[in-house]
This record gives sequence, structure tokens and C-alpha cells, in this order.
Amino acid sequence: MANKRVDAATNTETVGHEWDGIEELNTPLPRWWLWTFYLTILFSIGYVIAYPALPGLHKATEGMLGWSSRGQLDDELKSAAAERAKTVAALKDMPIEQLPQHPELMRAAVAGGAAAFKVNCVQCHGAGAAGSSGFPNLNDDDWLWGGDLQAIQQTLIHGVRQPGDDETRVSEMPAFGRDGLLTPAQIQDTTSFVLSLSGREKPSAASQRGRAVFEANCAICHGPEGKGSRQFGAPNLADAIWLYAGNRDAVSSQISNPRHGVMPAWGTRLDPVTIKMLAAYVHSLGGGEEFAPAPAGTETGAEAAAVE
Amino acid sequence: MNKPAAIKPEDEPLGLYAKREPVFNRRIDGKFRRVKWAIMVMCLAIYWITPWIRWDRGPYAPDQAVLIDLAHRRFYMFSIEIWPQEFYFVAGLLIMAGIGLFLVTSAVGRAWCGYACPQTVWTDLFQHVDRFFDGDRNARFRLYKAPWGPAKIARRLAKWAVYLAISFATGGAWIFYFADAPTLHHEFWTGTAAPVAYGTVFVLTMTTFVLGGFMREQVCIYMCPWPRIQTAMLDEKSLIVTYKDWRGEPRGSVKKAEKNPGQFGDCIDCNQCVAVCPTGIDIRQGTQIGCITCALCIDACDRVMKETGRPRGLIDYATLEDAEREKAGQEPTRHLKLIWRPRTILYFCVWAGIGLALLFLLGTRIHTDLTVAKDRNPPYILMSDGSIRNAYTLRLRNMEGRPRQMEITIEGLPGAAMWTEDMAREDAARALTRAVPADETQSVRVYVVAPSDTASQDFTFKLQAAGNAREKDESEVQFDTPEGQ
Repeated sequence: MANKRVDAATNTETVGHEWDGIEELNTPLPRWWLWTFYLTILFSIGYVIAYPALPGLHKATEGMLGWSSRGQLDDELKSAAAERAKTVAALKDMPIEQLPQHPELMRAAVAGGAAAFKVNCVQCHGAGAAGSSGFPNLNDDDWLWGGDLQAIQQTLIHGVRQPGDDETRVSEMPAFGRDGLLTPAQIQDTTSFVLSLSGREKPSAASQRGRAVFEANCAICHGPEGKGSRQFGAPNLADAIWLYAGNRDAVSSQISNPRHGVMPAWGTRLDPVTIKMLAAYVHSLGGGEEFAPAPAGTETGAEAAAVE
Repeated sequence: MNKPAAIKPEDEPLGLYAKREPVFNRRIDGKFRRVKWAIMVMCLAIYWITPWIRWDRGPYAPDQAVLIDLAHRRFYMFSIEIWPQEFYFVAGLLIMAGIGLFLVTSAVGRAWCGYACPQTVWTDLFQHVDRFFDGDRNARFRLYKAPWGPAKIARRLAKWAVYLAISFATGGAWIFYFADAPTLHHEFWTGTAAPVAYGTVFVLTMTTFVLGGFMREQVCIYMCPWPRIQTAMLDEKSLIVTYKDWRGEPRGSVKKAEKNPGQFGDCIDCNQCVAVCPTGIDIRQGTQIGCITCALCIDACDRVMKETGRPRGLIDYATLEDAEREKAGQEPTRHLKLIWRPRTILYFCVWAGIGLALLFLLGTRIHTDLTVAKDRNPPYILMSDGSIRNAYTLRLRNMEGRPRQMEITIEGLPGAAMWTEDMAREDAARALTRAVPADETQSVRVYVVAPSDTASQDFTFKLQAAGNAREKDESEVQFDTPEGQ
């Protein structure tokens, strides 16, 4: 430390170094500041030992505490699952038709169902569950197989036309054109009649002829007024909602050579609680129906069976 | 800050690091000391008593007058309740506090530092503890120099125990602002309070212990940004503690001055101004960053001047401009006139303007709020009867401390009706009434259905709380239909 001198202008000592005539005044730092600095160095050594710190070729040092951000995430997921466990257990024991009487549980089920829907269902039904041609819109009030919680759960568990599932929802509309059951002219007449049911076409001579064909061939499943039947999964032809499309081409094509969509049976893929939650979510989208008690006959039959 | 320069150049050279010079400030009584006592008692009392003040808000809200309820995101201050979205009130208060500091600085210099800053208040408190255990300046200095022995250790331990007790009371009081004080107090001592409460108390106890008990003026000189900011804000019209060197120099004892009349100034070099200084500076070297303008040196010097029969105010509050005037033999400006200048008036106007705006907002705000979020996926749903349904999530805010009935109505959209998720479509109507619990936000999903020939258009949800026509809100939203798509 040569050349130490006191700067005349400030009456302050310089540190003694000189760079091209520039000198630095010595304004001492407090001693405790130095000790704080040493402490931070000590801390960093401890940190490097305890936590992952030094990068290597393939991975960094692991640290003695064994901490990792993935491990932390894992713990958080575990604790989240533990927090959910009570709700999941309650849902497991609750018959789905009783769910609406437990608003708290219902809310949890709808929230869980929304998450499960995004993983399993959006591929066909869309992110907003609005469906598309051939894939039903789940927001509306039109249901092929029933829109109460139990019916939705049933559809979820066993699917639609799922091969190998005995309880799957099956409807098999005959291919009236392809198999030669109806002539092309009859099919056009029937199309006219079907479109007149929902007012899409005005009644005409063709639709009058079609009515007779419809009553003979279609009414057994779709009903005499074309209002459909959930028992057979026969769509309502008199409303504004169409699974494929409500125009002449689509309807006549469906009569002559119908398509049969398949929905997987989720009962073999998802656990019962997730299915319950999915049913609650789909039910909550705005078209959910009140649970209709089973007809009196079967109920007493079941009771009788229970008594026996 | 040229404190090291005070060391004479012929002393041994300075190191790069300076050891802290302990401060043993002498007890002093005087005008400013009494002001300092009063402000200290007031600040401490406000800090310790505030959380315990009760304020009846009815059965649905806490009865603590000042409460920052982080868990429920509410801030209560007497009759005012702030929700998170009204945080601009707090932001406004903080801006007012900032401009208030500018205002105070331009009007009365570093008064904040000298009287009201928590670091000053607690340092002052701890220095009184020093005095109680170890005696006044000279006794404390002797004890400091004395070798460590049983007596010194016992004294130190006792003193530090009191430091710790004060620190604990300080850190402990802090948490009462964030929860119901009596409940938390009980929980705290029975070991059932939240871990964060104990953690906060521990950290704040330790910071008070270290900063108030040991760091003291080092905080002002090295840690706090405010003195540095103030060096930029002080100007020739700022009140600072000034040693009137033109009157005091050259210094000479009373005896010397008597022997050589006219040779010496008023300063008798008794060093009382240095002895009483809580930050250990010598004000006679001019204003400096260590001077918090607590004015205890003024009290000390005034007393000496009185005893030696000289006029008071050798050290006094004065502006740089006044110093020049006095030096030239002119009358100093009156202090009131100093305050009444464009800079302070401007600061005051901005400060008061923000305050008035906040008060106005506070007075006219309503406690009802509606926000609407439309379902965008899907934008509309075709119903089996051909009608079109859109879904909206309405958030009804009841910011009053009592449950209220709120009516939602649709304006526009001819032929439309609405129902909620807990209603049946058959009961759809153009007006719905919901009971919103006290001090809560209710989220409700609303389905709006319109006839099939409806075109996409905007309509309005209106919210009206029962009983007060002023308590209403509305939100315009889009209704989507397949038309044109």
C-alpha cells in the first residue's frame, strides 16, 4: 500500500492505489459488514453441501438433504391426494342418485369430473362437451339414453355398442337402402316426412307418402310421431337437435346406410369414483334431468327379492 | 459523511474496514427531549394498543378495530372495510405516506428520522434501558472498557434479558394485527397458534433485538435508504440542525474567553453536543448522514449557554439560507414562512388531493358488485325445442356485513328468460332473486334462453340489492346464436 495520502479536497485518506492518475478515497466499510459477508460465504458452503448445486456432465450434485424439485412436487401431490381422500371415500359409498342431496359432495364431484373429462372425453365430445357430427352434444336437453345421473353413469360404465359388454347400450337401425328393405323413392319420401316432423320441410305429397312408410318401418322404434325412445336409444326426430345433421342428404343417407357410433365402456378403464364424478359433471352442463324413480312394479319386485 | 476524516492524518493509517465506535449518549432534558418523549410514548402506545381496540360490526364480521385478515382477504380499519379489489385504497395510502415523507422533509427536514421512525423510537427505548442498568455516559463507558468479570457478565445478561423482553413484546404485538388479538393471544400461549405466528414473532423479536439493541445508528448510516434519499431532497430551505460556527468559532473555554475577551466565540468546547448525540456524531462538523435531527444537541447546548450566560441557539434548527443571512448579520426568516413556500405547498396539494380523492371514493362507493363471465366453449347451445341457450357465470358481491337479497334482471334480448343451475327451466324468468350471504361473493351459473330466431346481440345483466336504490350494478354481455356462423 504505497502512496497513501490524504486527499486535500475531501480531507479523506486514499486507499493508495493509482490508475492513470485516478485514486480511490478510503471510506471504510463497517467491520460488521465484513463479518456479514463472511457469514454469507459460510452459508453458501453449507448450501452447496445440503442442496443440489454443482452442475456435472449429466446431472448436478444431489446434496445431503436429498431435496429435489420433483420430490417436492411428489410430496405436494401426495398431500393433495391425502386431502382429497375423504371426499373420494364419501363419493365411493354414495349411490349416485343420492348425490344431489349433498351439495358439497356434488360440487366436489363436478369439479373432479371436469378434470377427468378433459383427459378422457374431450377427444370425441370436445373441450366444451359440445360434441360434433356423430358425437352428441352433452350440454343440451336431448338425450339418446337418458339424462339423469343414473342413466349417464350407466352409459359411462358400459358405453355404447361396446363389443364384449353385455350391458352396453345397443341400438341397431337397419340399413333400409343398403339391404334393399326400401326403394330409393320410398327413402326419399320417408326423408321428406322426417324433415316435416320438425318443420324443416313443409308437408307435401312426398311426405304424405312417406308417413305410411314411416309408420310401417320406423315407428316401432322412433314412435308414431317420431319422438324417439330412450329404451331403444332411438333419437327424437321431431326436435331441433340432430346427431348427424338435419338436412335431406344426411337424413336420407342415415335411412339407407346408417352409421353406428361406438362409445367405449369406461367401467373397465376408470375407477367407479371417477365415473361418478364424470356423470355428475356431464349432468351439470345444463341438460341434466331429475332422477326419475324406477316404475313401481320393478321397485316392489326388488323389495320382494330382498325380503326373500 | 466524513466521519473518518475527523481522525487526524498523522494518526495511524485507516484500514479498509472500520470498527463500530460505541455510542454512550448522555441523559439530557430539554424542550426537544420532551417532544421526543411524547412522540415515543405515542408511537409505542399506538403500536401496542391498536390491535386490542374493539369495533362492533355486527354478527357477520370481526370486532377488531384494525385487522388485516389475510386468510379471508379483508382489511378492516374502524368503520372501513377493504376488499382485495379495492386495494387501490391501500395503494393510495402508501402513495400518501410517500408524498407525506417528501412533505415533512421539505417542511421540517428529517423530522421523521429524528422523532417518529421505529428505528429511532426503539433505539431510544433501548438506550434508556442501557442508562437504567449501566448508568449514564461515563459509567457505561467505564463498564465497556472494564474487563469481563462476574459483575459485568451479570449486568450484561440482565440488560440483554430486558432487551429480549422488549423485543419479544415488539415482535409479539405485530401478529395481533393479522388475527383476532384475544383469540390469538390465547392460542399463542397455549401453543395452538399457527406456525407462521411463532415464526413471525421469532424473526421480529430477533430483528428488534439486533437492530435496536446493537446495530442502532449503524442502521441509519449504512442500511437505511431514506437518509440517502433525503440527502437528495434537502435544499437550502430545509430545516437542519445547524451549529452556528460564525458565532461559535474559535472555540475556547469559559476561562480562556474571560482572559482574552473578544478572542473566542460562544462555543466553549464542552463537547456536550457530542455526548448527548444518539448516533455519536459531532454536529459541529456540519450536517451529515448520521444526523437524524433529533435536536438533543440543541437541548444540551442551550443548557450550557444558559449556564454560561450566553444566548441560546448556538446549535439550532436553521436552513442553509438562514445560516448565510445570519452570518451576514441579517434577520433569519421566520420558520412559518419557510414552510409556506411553493415546494411544500405543491407537496401538500398533491398529498391532500390524493387524500380527498380517497375520501370521496370511500364515501361514494357502493357495496354491491356484479361481474359476468360468459361460457365461450361452446358459445351457444341449441335446445331440442329450437331455442338457443347461452351460459354465464355471475359473481354477486355483497360487501356489506349482513345478508342481502339481490335481484338479477335481464335488460334487452326480447323473449329471453333465465334460470340457474339449481332451478328448473320451467321456472325461467326475466328476473331472479338470490340471497347473498353477508360479506361474501356468490358465484351463480345462469342459463339464458332466447327464441330460435334471435340474432347475436348484446344485452345487460342488472343487479339491484334490496332496500337501497343506490346499491346496484350492471354488466353488458354478448348473447351468441348460430346465425351468421
